[in-house]
Amino acid sequence: MEFAELIKTPRVDGVVLHRPFMPTVEGTLCLTGHHLILSSRQDNTEELWLLHANIDSIEKRFVGSLGTIIVKCKDLRVIQLDIPGMEECLNIASSIEALSTLDSVSLMYPFFYRPLFEVIEDGWQLFVPEEAFKDLESMTDEWRLSEVNKDFSVCPSYPSLLTVPKDIDDESLCKAASFRHGGRFPVLSYYHKKNGMVMMRAAQPLTGTNGRRCKEDEKLINATLCAGKRGYIIDTRTIAVAQQAKARGGGFEQEANYPQWRRIHKAIERSNVLQEGLIKLVEACNDQSHSMDRWLSKLEASNWQSNVKEILTTACLAAQCIDREGASVLVHGTEGTDSTLQVTSLAQIILDPACRTIRGFEALIEREWLQAGHPFQQRCAQSAYSNGKPRSEAPVFLLFLDCVWQILRQFPCSFQFNENFLIMLFEHAYASQFGTFLGNSVAERLKLLLSQKTVSLWSWVNRPQELERFLNPLYEPNNLVIWPSVAPQSLLLWEGVFLRWNRSTKCLDEAYQEMVHIIEYNKELQNKVNSLRRQLAQLETEDGPLQTP
Amino acid sequence: MEHIRTPKVEQVKLLDRFSNKSVTGTLHLTATHLIFVESNSTSILHHHIASVEKLSLKTNGCPLLIQCRNFRLVHFVIPRERDCHDIYSSLLRLLRPVSYDELYAFSYNPKQNDQQREEGWQLIDLAAEFERMGVPCDQWQLTDVNREYKVCKTYPRDLYVPIMASKPIIVGSSKFRSKGRFPVLTYFYQEKKAAVCRCSQPLSGFSARCLEDEHMLQAISKANHNSRYIYVMDTRPKLNALANRAAGKGYENEDNYSNIRFQFVGIENIHVMRGSLQKLLEVVGTRSLSMTDYLVGLENSGWLRHIKAIMDAAIFLAKTVTVEGASVLVHCSDGWDRTAQVCALGSLLMDPYYRTIKGFMVLIEKDWISFGHKFADRCDQLDPDPKEVSPIFTQFLECVWQLTEQFPQAFEFSEWFLIQIHEHVHSCQFGNFLGNSQRQREDLQLKERTYSLWAHLLSEKQNYLNPVYSPSFAESHPVLEPSTQAYHFKFWRNMYHQYDRSMHPRQSILKHVLTLKDSNRELEGTVQALKTKLQKFSVSTSPLNRKEVQQEEDEEVFGEEAMEDAPAITGGERTVEGSSATENGYGELMGSFGSKNEPGAVTLEFGVARMTC
Repeated sequence: MEFAELIKTPRVDGVVLHRPFMPTVEGTLCLTGHHLILSSRQDNTEELWLLHANIDSIEKRFVGSLGTIIVKCKDLRVIQLDIPGMEECLNIASSIEALSTLDSVSLMYPFFYRPLFEVIEDGWQLFVPEEAFKDLESMTDEWRLSEVNKDFSVCPSYPSLLTVPKDIDDESLCKAASFRHGGRFPVLSYYHKKNGMVMMRAAQPLTGTNGRRCKEDEKLINATLCAGKRGYIIDTRTIAVAQQAKARGGGFEQEANYPQWRRIHKAIERSNVLQEGLIKLVEACNDQSHSMDRWLSKLEASNWQSNVKEILTTACLAAQCIDREGASVLVHGTEGTDSTLQVTSLAQIILDPACRTIRGFEALIEREWLQAGHPFQQRCAQSAYSNGKPRSEAPVFLLFLDCVWQILRQFPCSFQFNENFLIMLFEHAYASQFGTFLGNSVAERLKLLLSQKTVSLWSWVNRPQELERFLNPLYEPNNLVIWPSVAPQSLLLWEGVFLRWNRSTKCLDEAYQEMVHIIEYNKELQNKVNSLRRQLAQLETEDGPLQTP
Repeated sequence: MEHIRTPKVEQVKLLDRFSNKSVTGTLHLTATHLIFVESNSTSILHHHIASVEKLSLKTNGCPLLIQCRNFRLVHFVIPRERDCHDIYSSLLRLLRPVSYDELYAFSYNPKQNDQQREEGWQLIDLAAEFERMGVPCDQWQLTDVNREYKVCKTYPRDLYVPIMASKPIIVGSSKFRSKGRFPVLTYFYQEKKAAVCRCSQPLSGFSARCLEDEHMLQAISKANHNSRYIYVMDTRPKLNALANRAAGKGYENEDNYSNIRFQFVGIENIHVMRGSLQKLLEVVGTRSLSMTDYLVGLENSGWLRHIKAIMDAAIFLAKTVTVEGASVLVHCSDGWDRTAQVCALGSLLMDPYYRTIKGFMVLIEKDWISFGHKFADRCDQLDPDPKEVSPIFTQFLECVWQLTEQFPQAFEFSEWFLIQIHEHVHSCQFGNFLGNSQRQREDLQLKERTYSLWAHLLSEKQNYLNPVYSPSFAESHPVLEPSTQAYHFKFWRNMYHQYDRSMHPRQSILKHVLTLKDSNRELEGTVQALKTKLQKFSVSTSPLNRKEVQQEEDEEVFGEEAMEDAPAITGGERTVEGSSATENGYGELMGSFGSKNEPGAVTLEFGVARMTC
């Protein structure tokens, strides 16, 4: 297919662009296969380059022959284009609609994007399971790397290499896989160096209504317990939801069959409900006419903050079991690809200082989200402005980032990255020139040949020039477990994302700059003092004999 | 002291408000404080205690619940009921002083001599403040009509009125206003010669009028050549003003006053505000509060709605004065609650001086203390009438905090300054806020017998500085124009949960940056000292050569090798405080395996993770 077929009018002059808190720009609008570009062709004004993939939905309006297109983006921005000429406007609108909803992944921009920078460190090679396993091996010999899923036949959403207990053979793994939803048998998610406890994740067991059991599954997870120790199973669903799942062949671990495990049910919402919440929240944030009461009631009705609290609480609970109770933990929900990953990844941020560095956080996303088979392509197909009924879209990853931001707010000196880093990840998960978040699983990504045909987000982010924007000037590494407060009073609306386009941040940005300045000036002064001291010491030794009478 | 029956009780448990944690220590009762001593001690001023409640006896002792005006809530469990009762009844007596002499301010002695105390009281000079605004001038003058507090008992002695307002006009107008509070100047916007005046409601009833009062408003209008109108802001909801007419009070009839523009603003009265805060505190005091209950409770309390209403009124005032250049007369019923809020906040928006530490003190001294905000009644200092108590001043402080959130560089002080002021409005430790009016304060001879809070606060100014404050911000933003979108108003956690440590961020950017700023100042000194030393060295040895070498080296100072031993000089200890899993209550583990084996015991045992960098 040629993009040209979809572009009915490639160019319109005299288009006026309105953006919140920015001066209007008049210029020429161009449509390319992947971008909407508006340029005033003057040096001093910024051009607009918008990826079609970033467009969530559009609205058209006409006043006489002047058409207006409201473009609503996945990063929650809303812009307005005034286009002279009804026909042009209609053409542009239908082209944008077609181009922003291309079905085929291989037509996406990452396959066409050529980096303008030299790739020094290939992000595709940065986080391979073998490397992570080497680290684990240095701490314990209880685990092995299994190739049972080499051809993705045991579990299509798992990667080809999986960390499992040493004593469990591949045959047992296959049997356990057949007992878990989507073949997602329990695998290692995190090893807590401090006390040797582990966190595993899986999908729900397929007990069904007649209480099926699977010896291999029981053996597999029991193999992770030390003698005489017990563990916790954290089911991210309420007991009622878990019960209902039995009717559809799913279910939960029966106490009788897993006597060494205690099950705790939490209430993280299912992904389809989350999407509605996002839509409601963004609607509330965008309506400037709200009275205080209406705003608070809409904020409440979106349930967004409740979801943040619930996810964070569950993650803290998992971390508490591991670090404080000295118990191992198995986390699962239904499919093990959404709420499960939110919990396991957040628990690691709480427990493991390495995850609070930039590299460590990238590795975490790679491990616990991309390789663990979170279906990014499906979940991020639409954002808050989608009109149609959601299919499998859900802001699961955004909620995770929101939770990270909450912890960052409470421990502002404990993270190597800043808020911008999280916002950047949100943007790229939804629309990107990089291939990292394409596809729904490792298997799909391999098939798409992403590592050969597209550039990795990490290749770009990790360049020192880019990284600078994402560094937290307050960072001072600390090796402690960080326990966030989950009281509603302590959790805030993530303004950086949800009010990003609705407020002027000039004053806040300037204050931030001033803070950075104070920190940098401090470093500068310390260097100066040190070097002056050294000079003085040098002079004193040189001139020592002369000085003493 | 005769009211103390039991000065000391041992083995008392202090329960954490939001978790199951508790500490055991000794409770002491002194004439002024309730002190709980464990590894670190907690002391509570009697004046801060709003209520004491004895709950029904439990197996482990007798619970005593103490609620404080600074939003602290302490829950003791006292082993023996008798002791509990003694403490309870002693406190009941102690926290209800019957005369001013019993207030802490009259016994508090910071070891200063008389001269220091006097200097403390002289720090704030309102005459100088009016001079700073440019008053007296050709249109405004100082009147001595209230020198003996004869015209208005609740106003200060020194009042500024339009040149054209003669004594008979003033006196006539005062007779037509509630409590004699006739229109006077409170802020003068020099750039446009526009005035902010304040008063109480007119005694207009359904049809009464008063020529002197009309002349008074005329005079205010004439004093400003920029605008043909003066705005009259009635800060009450229209309904309240209408209801007041039946009692012979009311609002200005636009037909009787030439050239006024009348406007209702709709800030609720003290009773609504009191109820609102009560609801808010109930909600946020709930244990294991869900997000839904929190947000619904926040909405139902109406607290943020009231805060926004006050802010909206202040913005309207500031806009009218600075943009239109019109003078504004602000009033409510008596003109000492809502009027004080709106005038003070409006002035703060218009004048960067009030956003400095000293200026903010002046502002409070002027619009709140001197103009007779009834601190004694509103803050329940003495002779309690629950119907008079209301968090009017707290709301003002909160509005200022909301502004600091939107304009982080506009204020010289941080929120801790606001919180500290709030603390002392209730502490009765200093004389400033005692009593209901200037006259009463003079009668109490506060300046001779007590100390001034402002001197105290200035002496520890370092603690209240905002590290990113920028004086140049004031130049580029002389008038603040905050957004009043609902989502900009936030719950002020550090105020209402000041003492609930588990709720706060575990690392404070503010403290961190403040420490760095201090360290920068020190380092600058060190650099200077080292440079002088070096210079001396080079002079005393081989003059010419050395200097060149040194200059070169000076520029290379930022080389890589200097980095390695950089740290260590930054002082300041940073801690990840209160970081523990149980304190946060993530749930459910209480009934875990452990409880089967060892009932009642929680297997988790850890204190506070502390980190020192």
